[in-house]
Amino acid sequence: MAKPAVLTHPESLKRPAGPSEYAKDPVNAKMTKAEKVELYTKMARIRHFEQRCIRVYQQGKIGGFLHLYVGQEAVAAGTISLLGKHDHVITGYRDHGHALMVGMGMNECMAELTGKVTGCSKGKGGSMHYFAPDKNFWGGHGIVGGQAPLGTGLAYAVKYLGRKGSCLCYMGDGAVNQGAVHEAYNLAALWDLPVIFVIENNGYSMGTSQERSTAHPGCLAKRAEGYGMAWDVVNGHDVYEVRARTAVALKRAHEESKPTVLEIFTYRYYGHSMADPDKTYRDKEEIKEYREQKDPVLLFEKELIAEKTLTPEKAKAINEAAMEEADAAAKFADESPDPTLADVTKDIYWEEDNRGPDTSSRGTIIFE
Amino acid sequence: MAVMTYREALRAAMREELRRDENVVLMGEEVAQFNGAYKVTEGLLKEFGPKRVVDTPISEAGFIGLGIGASMLGIRPVMELMFWSFSYVAFDQIVNNAGNIRYMSGGLINCPIVIRGPANGGTNVGATHSHTPEAILASHPGIKVVCPATPYDAKGLMKAAIRDNDPVYVMENTILYNDKGEVPEDDYVVPLGVADVKRQGEDLTIVAHGRAVITSLKAAEILEAEHGVSVEVVDLRSIRPLDEETVLASVRKTHRVLLVEENKPFCGVDAQIAYLIQSRAFDELDAPIHRVSSVDAPQIYCKRLEDQQIPNPARVVAEALKVLA
Amino acid sequence: MAEIIDMPKLSDTMSVGTLVKWNVKEGQEVAFGDILGEVETDKATMELSCTVPGTVLKIYAAAGAQLPVGAPILAVGKKGEKAPEPSAPAAKESPKAPAAATPPIPETTGVACVPPAPAGGTAPSRPAADGTRAKVSPYARRMAEKAALNASALSGTGPGGRVVARDVAAAAAAPAAPSGPVNVSVPPPADGKGVQTDGDLAVGGMRQTIARRLLESKVTVPHFYLEVEVDAAPLMAMRESINRRLAEAEGKDALKLSVNDFILKASAEALRQVPAVNCSWAGTSIRQHGAVHLSFGVALDDGLVTPVIRDAHAKSLREIAIDAKTLIGKARAKKLTPAEMSGSTFTVTNLGMYGVSGFFGIINVPNAAILSVGATVKKPVVDAHDRIVVGQRMTLGLSGDHRVIDGAVAAQFLQALKKSLEEPTAMLI
Repeated sequence: MAKPAVLTHPESLKRPAGPSEYAKDPVNAKMTKAEKVELYTKMARIRHFEQRCIRVYQQGKIGGFLHLYVGQEAVAAGTISLLGKHDHVITGYRDHGHALMVGMGMNECMAELTGKVTGCSKGKGGSMHYFAPDKNFWGGHGIVGGQAPLGTGLAYAVKYLGRKGSCLCYMGDGAVNQGAVHEAYNLAALWDLPVIFVIENNGYSMGTSQERSTAHPGCLAKRAEGYGMAWDVVNGHDVYEVRARTAVALKRAHEESKPTVLEIFTYRYYGHSMADPDKTYRDKEEIKEYREQKDPVLLFEKELIAEKTLTPEKAKAINEAAMEEADAAAKFADESPDPTLADVTKDIYWEEDNRGPDTSSRGTIIFE
Repeated sequence: MAVMTYREALRAAMREELRRDENVVLMGEEVAQFNGAYKVTEGLLKEFGPKRVVDTPISEAGFIGLGIGASMLGIRPVMELMFWSFSYVAFDQIVNNAGNIRYMSGGLINCPIVIRGPANGGTNVGATHSHTPEAILASHPGIKVVCPATPYDAKGLMKAAIRDNDPVYVMENTILYNDKGEVPEDDYVVPLGVADVKRQGEDLTIVAHGRAVITSLKAAEILEAEHGVSVEVVDLRSIRPLDEETVLASVRKTHRVLLVEENKPFCGVDAQIAYLIQSRAFDELDAPIHRVSSVDAPQIYCKRLEDQQIPNPARVVAEALKVLA
Repeated sequence: MAEIIDMPKLSDTMSVGTLVKWNVKEGQEVAFGDILGEVETDKATMELSCTVPGTVLKIYAAAGAQLPVGAPILAVGKKGEKAPEPSAPAAKESPKAPAAATPPIPETTGVACVPPAPAGGTAPSRPAADGTRAKVSPYARRMAEKAALNASALSGTGPGGRVVARDVAAAAAAPAAPSGPVNVSVPPPADGKGVQTDGDLAVGGMRQTIARRLLESKVTVPHFYLEVEVDAAPLMAMRESINRRLAEAEGKDALKLSVNDFILKASAEALRQVPAVNCSWAGTSIRQHGAVHLSFGVALDDGLVTPVIRDAHAKSLREIAIDAKTLIGKARAKKLTPAEMSGSTFTVTNLGMYGVSGFFGIINVPNAAILSVGATVKKPVVDAHDRIVVGQRMTLGLSGDHRVIDGAVAAQFLQALKKSLEEPTAMLI
């Protein structure tokens, strides 16, 4: 298949990684040292949580699928670090990074993976289905692109209720070919909804590269033009850049109630899921290059050390603390009880869980 | 009591709930400016304005999903599908998202959405527009399904559905839209999961839902008059939740059962009812349970044959006599 | 502290893995993401990536080894640290869940599968006389248990000979009846030529309904019977006179009154006088009917129907005759509507035209009584002057539902009816 003539990639991605040109952007410049260290800490925590998950999975304690976020940390960290009280987050199945960024604890996340009652969804959701509505985090959705209309609906509700807010609706690059995503684009643009569609472009929809899956693969965000929506492309290895470019979209949502498609270029170091042998569709050199030259955590660490916000010793301590926290979470998950058989049929219907004289349901709703 | 049509009863329910709760929003294709493809929402745009009554593009997966997302934040959308047949392009939203979100979030998130529209054959429109997905949808825990047969039930169930905190799918019937009946003008709800004995009888129980109730009532009159058989007709009204006790009580009274529905036979609602009866009232049965459903083929276009494909009084009478043999 | 790395679970279905090769040696430094070696699973050969950074202290599993998930394969720790001893080599925790949850499925032993013996006290269902299993509906079986009857021994009238509730009801109502199934087999005709060929005749809906309704009536309604003989001479004389007048006045299409028309009119009048008979048993109460809706039997080739003359109490003899004629015509043409066959309060059945002298019909539920009319026959009678003369006599039988009416009420009704028939001119008023 012929490649498109022009690849629309962020300018910064075309150069070797170096100091961020967005360090002085107002949204970054206004951060205190403590806030920057906290952002770095959150990225390190995502990294170490995910690495610890591999071991728990390999010990056979995590069932089914496990999709890791390692390599993509700057995307969730950069975008979510900007959000306020009326901003909402919804994403696909690679959701651990977003969950930790919105403030969910490692314990509840790890326990969910091992199917324990102490998990964030009481062991009923699993890796792909984390939720924390109290933190404006609406999941964690397993079907590719299925969350796009939901995210648009959250933005609709924000607008309906007259709140100055938004919804960040994340998806992978594989989702852009799903019909539901295009229907969501149309509604968002048609009704001026404050939604930001964040395409986390890690280059592969499972094992199929963009060239093999997507017409005009040079720039996925540009499809927004077909709907008259604003769009942008962002280097997802540089958390400062992610923040700076997302802030523009966020302002558009808050002040004009207009949607944006942001395509953030990133990379995942592990396979699509744990069951992916990761050798059929990309070569080792590619992964090595990203790990060594574009690792978002290391790049931010270097940036902060250069700024004298962080020392190498402090960075090491942060990483060790994150590893210990992840170890403790694994232990917590191990020691937590399973849900009971009686729990299986709870949390299905609000009306059933709260049945009383005022609820509208009668009769049998859970069948033998 | 006012006499009104099934269509007017649905509209009255929506009007009352729009007035009652500012977070109720009507949405769907042609519901506002066009006044509704079947005129169910006629006049509501004028009365409530474009924020509350919203025309959508032809984009079922998009707008149904949007409604589900909005419901998670407390909006109570009442989404019209021009036909339930169109739900099939929004299946992921309707089943995976609306049906699973509460469970997968461990009970943290609710989805108080209503999706409504006609779900029936018999209108000479061919297979793609004649689906009756109540059994398919009710087979998913997390989803509720109701099928009103009369104007009274249409209003009462619709109001209950809108106030319910779970996803409720209301399956209407275009053939019933003009049916008239007595409907209280004041506020009332028909709770979900309560069946209604539409006719008392001694010799045979017919269990039905939706328009099959009307068909069964006509058949019951013929059976009484021509064959001296006294027939009880139980209208399920609600498929999930299901009023098992009313069905069982009628079986214990008559000992013979005929199940009637407009679904296709395989894995229909009747399969569940038949299971229920044999499991909990086996010793009450004096004859095997029979059923009348749509003839097992995609809905035929030809009207003369479609009228035979769907249960009609003659088919119900013939099968009832077999149960009574 | 040193960590033991186990054979990893690398896919959702993996239980055993083969260590294809090692990329690292003991003593080598490893970091996150380093490829330690390769493991072949049920799905693919996968790389084993490093999840614990440090120094490889010990390799427990040689390349080529096949090991269950969870078996120790190497240890990683601080440089110079002593490698830990794996506590229980191989499969120490891998397949624990299945072992605990489900008993192992035994291999085939060659022993034939034997169904479990029935639990004590539950007898197998009784076979019918011909060795096949008797079919009894669940409800009938339960009814039979309550009535201490052997349901399997009853004759079933349901489809395929199934014993159904009505069969048990009938058996319970007639305890003296033989308990064995009715043997419908009879020897074939000796001359090889019978009046008909042997065979089972299909039973239509009307026959089924008759069978069901009348059985129900006979076994559930407590019938009692009264008989009265009526002097029919005045009636016959009046009928002849009226019919002659009608023929003169209206020509060949003239209405012709039947004996039955007079009986219907007289019955309506008698019911007006004794309304207690115009009632129905309603379970816990007796329902009084305000109007008289008179049903009468019409014999057809394949059965019997009972059309209803509405509001007979308010109709003239002529109106009743016209109604009856119309309904009989419709019945024979099978054109009766459901409404024309329902809602009766009293029934008249007449076999007089066949020369039957007298009989008692089965009550047409929910009526309280049925009047059975025999033929009008000439016979010697003793007149008012004790002379034996030739009289015209008609025998009327009344079957009553004792739940609704008693003998005296029924007798009053017959008395009123007799008076009406014997002084028929009153009917013309």
